Amino acid sequence: MVKVMVYPPTSMILSDLVERMGHEALVISKEVRKKINTPGLDSPPLNITPEDAKRGLRYAAVDVPSGVRGRMALIGPMIEMADAAIMVQGDGCNLGCTGCARTNELAGFLLRTKKIPLLELRYPEDETEAKWFVRKIREFLEGLE
Amino acid sequence: MIRIAQLSCGPEYSGIQGELEKAAETVGAKLIFPEVDLEDIMEVEKRFGFEVASGDLNLAMARATRIVEMPDMVDAVFVTTCFRCAEGAIVRSEIRKYIHENSRLPVLSYSFTERTSAETLLTRMEALVTTAKYKGLLSRERQTGLTAGIDSGSTTTKSVVMRDNEVIGTGWVPTHDVIESAEKAYDAALEAAGVKREEIEGLGTTGYGRFLAGKHFNAKLIQEEITVNSKGAVFLADAQKGNATVIDIGGMDNKAISVQDGIPGTFTMGGICAGASGRFLELTARRLGVDITELGKLAMKGDHTKVPMNSYCIVFGTQSLVNSLSAGKSREDVAMAACHSVAEQVFDQQLQELDVKEPVIMVGGTSLIEGLPRAMEELLGLKIIVPEYAQYIGSVGASLLVSGLVED
Repeated sequence: MVKVMVYPPTSMILSDLVERMGHEALVISKEVRKKINTPGLDSPPLNITPEDAKRGLRYAAVDVPSGVRGRMALIGPMIEMADAAIMVQGDGCNLGCTGCARTNELAGFLLRTKKIPLLELRYPEDETEAKWFVRKIREFLEGLE
Repeated sequence: MIRIAQLSCGPEYSGIQGELEKAAETVGAKLIFPEVDLEDIMEVEKRFGFEVASGDLNLAMARATRIVEMPDMVDAVFVTTCFRCAEGAIVRSEIRKYIHENSRLPVLSYSFTERTSAETLLTRMEALVTTAKYKGLLSRERQTGLTAGIDSGSTTTKSVVMRDNEVIGTGWVPTHDVIESAEKAYDAALEAAGVKREEIEGLGTTGYGRFLAGKHFNAKLIQEEITVNSKGAVFLADAQKGNATVIDIGGMDNKAISVQDGIPGTFTMGGICAGASGRFLELTARRLGVDITELGKLAMKGDHTKVPMNSYCIVFGTQSLVNSLSAGKSREDVAMAACHSVAEQVFDQQLQELDVKEPVIMVGGTSLIEGLPRAMEELLGLKIIVPEYAQYIGSVGASLLVSGLVED
């Protein structure tokens, strides 16, 4: 079993595929859950505090917008933990954690340069493409040790 | 409860959403998020005319279109994105213009960092809520009865006494202790007007020390300076009908306000560095060995193009000042360059966010430094009006508005 980061990290479909193949999916909902289950709500609704934006300095410089750094405080540690990754582009509408295009570009760059097994795909637009999409992901996941 | 629609990208990930909500709650408002369908976001380009790579910005634009379709769902709009995000800044500006052009809702635009606190936002939120809540009071055009205003500013405290639409007494002192300075300024205004304190029917306070001074004097009106200054400005410049733009370069921060029929609409409140404020001109006057009241006259004899100066930061601005004098530049040219530098920053950082419409009215003590309105005229290519009593603008606005409460 390996830790597979999925991107967008909010994707339920990708995380389900990863889990079905016996691996651990790294998804943002788990990170956010840790935040909101922490006693005390400093900054509802996500309980991300200005300290998180400072922790994000590990991934982006101080002149990078605070929203990017705050998001990277969640996504960055997941990238560090990842043994493999699946990235899907062109899924149309990303909101919330993936609502910032600059964060998505930075996360993509960090995953590509991490030198881990990485599968990059386009979001399928019809049934044929969807079948091919699932097959490619299954083959990739089966090939992971 | 005033409903403010929040159109944003990033505050919850910058850890400041709680601060935004706290600021809204403090001024009796609630932030709401207009509901949209996924389809609205997917078709944002068709509906708004613009689509960007960031999903949250597309969501903000989709929400803006929903507000324009159903303007009764909110009372005001707050558009906010991360500081230093180019995409965010473009969208923020376009949303502000879109709401402004397609509704009568007041809009506040703001870029935040993780250091943004509720306190930073309070004056802006208060102005937004006042504009939404007290349209009747704000549309008041005449001062009636015997009222007074105190403007407790960061550098100076001003006071006026007004009777039946006329200023009859003024007082001006440097701000040291808030209450002590307010007492002195108020006493001076009362003495000049020849009236006793107990005769005053209503007192309004504004400026940084408004809460403290307001409590001390049991003021009928305690109001932030954006609303009050814009009222005072259009009253004194006799521009209460139609559009107007008010520019107030203060000792600590600057305000640029778009006014329609005497009611403030869009506004910006800046002051990243003291180099863009009256503080830098005070420092310039001291370095040139003239009184601040003489700086303007000196500047009017100078040519700013002969002295390179950028006071984006007061330290660098001071370096330019010292270097220019050491290089043999004339005091007149340096004085004008300082005025031009301050005006340029207000133009670059604040006026770009407003639809500058004539008449353009400059107010506050700095408007009396003649070089400053002249520099602003050059930058805007428009005539600037500096009304009589420009330095008392906050007190005049407070006195005018409080007379409405006395009548009620």
